[in-house]
Amino acid sequence: MSKLAADPAYETFVLNMGPQHPATHGALRVKLLMDGEYIVEAEPVLGYIHRMHEKMGENRTYHQFLPNPSRLDYLSAMACTHGHVAAVERAAGLTVPERAEYLRVITVELNRISSHLLWLGAFVLDLGGFTPLLYVMDDREQILDLLERVTGSRLTYCYFRFGGLYNDVDDDFVDGARAFVKRMRDKLPMYHNLISKNVILRQRLAKIAPISAEMCRKYGATGPVARGSGIPYDVRKHEPYSVYPEFDFDIPVYEDGDCMARYLVRMDEIEQSLRIIEQGLDKLPDGPVMAEKVPKIIKPPKGDYYCAVEAARGSFGIRLVSDGTNSPYRLKLRSPCFSNVSLFGEAARGLLLADAVALFGSLDLVIPDIDR
Amino acid sequence: MKAAAVQKSLGGVAGARVAAVDYAARGFHVDVTIPSEEITAAAQVLDQQGFFLESITGVDWLGEQEALAKEAAKQAAAAQKAAEKAAAEAAEQGAGEGAAEAAAPAPAAAEPAPAAEAEEAPEPREDSFEVVYDFNHFQELCRVALRVRVPRSLPQLPTISDIYPGANWHEREAHDFFGLVFTGHPDLSPLLLPEDADFHPLRKDYKP
Repeated sequence: MSKLAADPAYETFVLNMGPQHPATHGALRVKLLMDGEYIVEAEPVLGYIHRMHEKMGENRTYHQFLPNPSRLDYLSAMACTHGHVAAVERAAGLTVPERAEYLRVITVELNRISSHLLWLGAFVLDLGGFTPLLYVMDDREQILDLLERVTGSRLTYCYFRFGGLYNDVDDDFVDGARAFVKRMRDKLPMYHNLISKNVILRQRLAKIAPISAEMCRKYGATGPVARGSGIPYDVRKHEPYSVYPEFDFDIPVYEDGDCMARYLVRMDEIEQSLRIIEQGLDKLPDGPVMAEKVPKIIKPPKGDYYCAVEAARGSFGIRLVSDGTNSPYRLKLRSPCFSNVSLFGEAARGLLLADAVALFGSLDLVIPDIDR
Repeated sequence: MKAAAVQKSLGGVAGARVAAVDYAARGFHVDVTIPSEEITAAAQVLDQQGFFLESITGVDWLGEQEALAKEAAKQAAAAQKAAEKAAAEAAEQGAGEGAAEAAAPAPAAAEPAPAAEAEEAPEPREDSFEVVYDFNHFQELCRVALRVRVPRSLPQLPTISDIYPGANWHEREAHDFFGLVFTGHPDLSPLLLPEDADFHPLRKDYKP
């Protein structure tokens, strides 16, 4: 905290938000220097659930690290594991059967919707609306049931393997996913009527905590935060990976940069993800879900590799340094939330305390992803 | 297109070695190695061209110089062996009037190799930390990896947090994990590790 705190002309006080606070959604602490109801300075304090996944990556083999990425951003675990297997596949030069890539995209997008739904419920709950949480839990439950059928887990998935998938899906999954797309399409107008058009919510979000495009660039913010500030950056379009080029979908972008813009980006992304799932189910090719010649022990050639995917919260990247052995020499995990929350101190300056909660929710932070 | 432009402008930074990379195989476009004192100049160039910072991280190359020296010694020994063999063959072949002449230069040629080895062996060059800055561009796909080497005994380099405020936390994280010291950084207190942490877990010689 600066000398402002010591200046007798300012009647300021320090307020700790967290580490145990419902609005920080996990063990994150924010040290706030307050002038009455207004924030003078805000400083997030990290590391309460730091687990050193990068060290674990170095002393485990490539296969042994498979369950770890889903413990980072546990709400969009599928995208994190996708980033990990894609990085290793790039390094080791493995190819993936088409059916496996399609199923990866379908499950990642289902997971993205479930992540955005939980965000929606928690976000509105932070702002004082309890009811939507119960609605989104009902819809999210359908996705979790579907994914549990094929992956065996409901949250921290470990479904992808180097060169393919753990197992194939059955017809029930395909039918269930189709039914879910229809169900969610029918429900989206209800969500907009219930939440987006709610006058209290609009006043809590519109013109609150604007983040400029330049600020996103300086802090490296990606995902819905950048797209809410008018930057049409989405790794799925910008740097197409997997089979995303085969799909017809849009990148929702809003120019305002306020909390409402970030809210609307995520709401529109649910619809776009539904479109991707629908096309994926229509085009789903037959064939194997695992490449035939995947070595039992993976030893990528010496060198370093980078691979990024679009997780629900932004660009999730892996920098992999291989020394030619069966475990990485260095495994850097670039998590989107780490960069997104780093702009909080600047964006929260001058806000009302209650609006900082709105800003927090609109950044959609998952703390294990920040702390790693 | 962006990659070519950025290669050109980064080539203007003093001491920079710029190389294009096969994107499909490696996942980035431009690989730049620069001396540590030029990192702010390079960051300014990228900032002017509208790049954003993805991450900053370190790699500990402990034992690299030893491995390189071993490799060099191995190659020198192989070269010497080959030279001796060639000399012996030449001596055998030229068993006529040139035999004495051919045999004479062979030991002379073989001698400098062990001498060079002996010079290198007592003081192998120091191992270093590699610091990697990953940049990317919002409008046009172009990933740039900036590399800086700092010696392990004095891991210091200038901060770029005044150019990219987002670098502040990435540098603090690199300080936590590797003990890299970013001179001019406003606050290098532990970010992810406990506040009294005096260890650097991603150093290869770290024992918990």
